[in-house]
Amino acid sequence: MSGLIARKAGMTQIFTEDGSALAVTVLNVETCKVIARRTSDKDGYDAIQVGYGAAKKAESRAVQGHYAKQGQEVMGSLKEFRVASDAAFELGQELTSSLFEVGQKIDVAGTSKGHGFAGVMKRYDFGGGRATHGAEKVHRQMGSTGQCQWPGRVFPGKKMPGHYGNVRKTVQNLEIVRIDEDLNRILVKGAVPGAKNGVLELRPAVKGA
Amino acid sequence: MRALDDVTKDQLRSDIPAFREGDTVRVNVRVVDFKDGKKGVEKRERLQAYEGVVIARHNKGISSSFTVRKISNGIGVERIFPLHSPMLGSVEVKRRGQVRRAKLYYLRDLRGKAARISERRY
Repeated sequence: MSGLIARKAGMTQIFTEDGSALAVTVLNVETCKVIARRTSDKDGYDAIQVGYGAAKKAESRAVQGHYAKQGQEVMGSLKEFRVASDAAFELGQELTSSLFEVGQKIDVAGTSKGHGFAGVMKRYDFGGGRATHGAEKVHRQMGSTGQCQWPGRVFPGKKMPGHYGNVRKTVQNLEIVRIDEDLNRILVKGAVPGAKNGVLELRPAVKGA
Repeated sequence: MRALDDVTKDQLRSDIPAFREGDTVRVNVRVVDFKDGKKGVEKRERLQAYEGVVIARHNKGISSSFTVRKISNGIGVERIFPLHSPMLGSVEVKRRGQVRRAKLYYLRDLRGKAARISERRY
């Protein structure tokens, strides 16, 4: 099965049938079209290339040529989704929210919010130092980075301050709560990576039923 | 928040009467009991009344809520109800109060006569 491209609209809550409130994320599915097909004979793997969003003002001749070769109109951007070799997808076919069904588990991938150069308390949830009792300049420091003469070095992978966020993150097994096919909109339970209006890839869950 | 109002608008409740902080309300809460019966676990639903003074309202679309305070057996009890929750059976306004604050948290420090709220006149 293929996937979809959506943009995060934001979070809200809805009430379930048993009366409990459920935190949901609203995903507005972009206009998605099958632009090209990848086959294992020719490309070594089976996938569909999906174009999404409105075309930008000027695409380079090379990009225009890619769309023209497939007989498709230029779209905003392209992404690929692995599909089975015998999956029936036609070029130009539109993919909408009806690809998924309510109750299905999906994986959502996107770029997480960038936090810049962050300290260990924000980045790795370290405890930091004491606020009072004589603590001086060590309120938000990371503490020790290791032992002494043996091993005589800091182990690789030691959690330290650095750039936090703005990387690709995937959240797995989000349940689809509601699908609005008129508005091409999907509501999933829980949170997804990134800021509002961020581009997200929606795929059927690789783990779980 | 406003951009997502259309997602939740069909769940907003219009049958809840208007009330504000200082009003005394009676909230009928739907309570679901599970009881071991002859035919396995039975699910029973009933209404439980909770009456007290509204000391706060939080207005935010579907997430709106209100806090009701009462003195139960000499102990102050506060419950926060989601305004649009389907678990709310009904809300009756018993008395309208005249107050000059939006959040009546000062009532927590007052007891008896001092914690009275005068009735609102129109």
